[in-house]
Amino acid sequence: MSSSATTGKMSGNTPRITVVGAGVAGLATAVTLAERGGRVTVHERADSLGGEAASWLAGGMLAPFCEAETADPAIIAPGLAAIDWWGDRVPGVSRGGTLVVAAGRDAGEIRRFARRIDGAEPVDASGIARLEPDLAERFRQGLHVAAEAHLDPREALRALAERLRSFGGTIRLSSTVDPAAVDGDVVIDCRGIADDDPALRSVRGEMLILRTDELLLSRPVRLLHPRIPIYVVPRADGHFMVGATMVESDAPGGVTLRSAVDLMNAAYALHPAFAEAEIIEIKAGLRPAFPDNLPRVTRNGRIVSVNGLYRHGFLLAPDCAARAAALTLEHHEEIAA
Amino acid sequence: MEIYGETIGSRLMLGTARYPSPEILKEAIRASGAEIVTVSLRREAAGERAGQKFWDIIRETGVRVLPNTAGCHSVRQAVTTAQMAREVFGTNWIKLEVIGDEDTLQPDLFGLVEATRILSDEGFQVLAYTTEDLVAADRLVEVGCRVLMPWGSPIGSARGLNNVYGLRAMRARFPELTLIVDAGIGVPSHAAQAMELGYEGVLLSSAVALAGDPVAMARAFKLSVEAGRLAFGADPLEPRDMAEPSTPVLGQAVLA
Repeated sequence: MSSSATTGKMSGNTPRITVVGAGVAGLATAVTLAERGGRVTVHERADSLGGEAASWLAGGMLAPFCEAETADPAIIAPGLAAIDWWGDRVPGVSRGGTLVVAAGRDAGEIRRFARRIDGAEPVDASGIARLEPDLAERFRQGLHVAAEAHLDPREALRALAERLRSFGGTIRLSSTVDPAAVDGDVVIDCRGIADDDPALRSVRGEMLILRTDELLLSRPVRLLHPRIPIYVVPRADGHFMVGATMVESDAPGGVTLRSAVDLMNAAYALHPAFAEAEIIEIKAGLRPAFPDNLPRVTRNGRIVSVNGLYRHGFLLAPDCAARAAALTLEHHEEIAA
Repeated sequence: MEIYGETIGSRLMLGTARYPSPEILKEAIRASGAEIVTVSLRREAAGERAGQKFWDIIRETGVRVLPNTAGCHSVRQAVTTAQMAREVFGTNWIKLEVIGDEDTLQPDLFGLVEATRILSDEGFQVLAYTTEDLVAADRLVEVGCRVLMPWGSPIGSARGLNNVYGLRAMRARFPELTLIVDAGIGVPSHAAQAMELGYEGVLLSSAVALAGDPVAMARAFKLSVEAGRLAFGADPLEPRDMAEPSTPVLGQAVLA
């Protein structure tokens, strides 16, 4: 592959690129290609941006170190690079790191987590109070993973859509197309679980959004627990996203009572102020995943597939987009040659 | 080891939840040599057959699936889940859990006996997750259970064998039954200890799934289960109060 395939602009005849799916994978890929001079049209089957995308329900944590506790360490480098990628393109990327805490009786969970991840500094009660004053006196032990960041996924998706348009790209909502049949020199298939790849499975996730003015957090907080580890991500206007369950299931229905109770209990355990919070939203989504829980970017003729971003959509979409762009250019050069 | 008339080569059974990825689960199953894995229908399905893809990945390894009723808190729930599991997995085996206490996940022995009676009557072959309580064990056997799975300690606690005396007594009481230690195993020495007590096998899940390297830990458990079983068959020494030199000192010069 020539070096221009990974970094360069497209020259000569700019290819017409069709992206199917306007979740985070589709939009990040569309923007990446548009920035490099591609003429990009995105088709989204939902009637609103993110209407059916797993990424609409995401936490928006850019937390490669914490995620690598269970994920393949291969996600760390692209995950760290993603922080800058998002910072350069969307507003509100906050680089306060991640705070990891556990209740006193779960001290072992903190030790285990600390052993297994890089980039974490232990913090005591005063350290926690300094980072998150509202959690002072609630937790005495924790970890601060300073190099991590977070964003608001919905704001980020809107900003990407805006950026795509500014580069001359088009987004067609309520447009269901078959990647094999659609127009375009290159087709990027970013349909997530709608793809019928037999290796792909769904991992159901349930989340809620709460609103309270009684609590202020400035960074994502992970509450370790032997049974129900959760995270709480602060958003604008007193909103907090609480997530997320992981269930091996492709059932598309609503949130189960058990999951709702688990998430709510854990939020309450993080801070009792959540008891008075308003429940703004409670939803379930399906994350597309391959058996190793890592994304795949592949090309078959003029169709490039980006899928399996699992619980790492915002973390790994920039890297997947760059890989998809390289394959796109590779195809373009093959045709030209 | 024998389970309802079928001979199983491996004495180690694995749970399938909470692995970092299905790929690592598959590798861990291979490394463990397990021939039976348990699958929770309630938690992983959220609807009938909704977990099919995940189950397919497990089946690819060629192991037998032992469905369980994890998370069931009543007889009715457990029975319904078992019936659903029989349909989904096409097996009469059921690892029966009826949880009685949310904090310790201790089995509800009264509910367990009742659910075992109902399921045995319906042709199920029940592997009952129980405690070391001998009276409950007697009742379970009366209603048709032939595989008892007493806990080592509470599920997921990694505390090992909390009541060695009780487990020893159970082994002595039921010399003909297949007894498998289920739950609470944290490290391979716990599994070896259960095997040294004469148990037919062990079932564990989080000890492997949540280890830093699940595949290496799976292999460690495979070795420890084999070691413990070998030791059991080799008639180990009893603990003694007096030291006994392993090399005779007779004839050695005594230097004053």
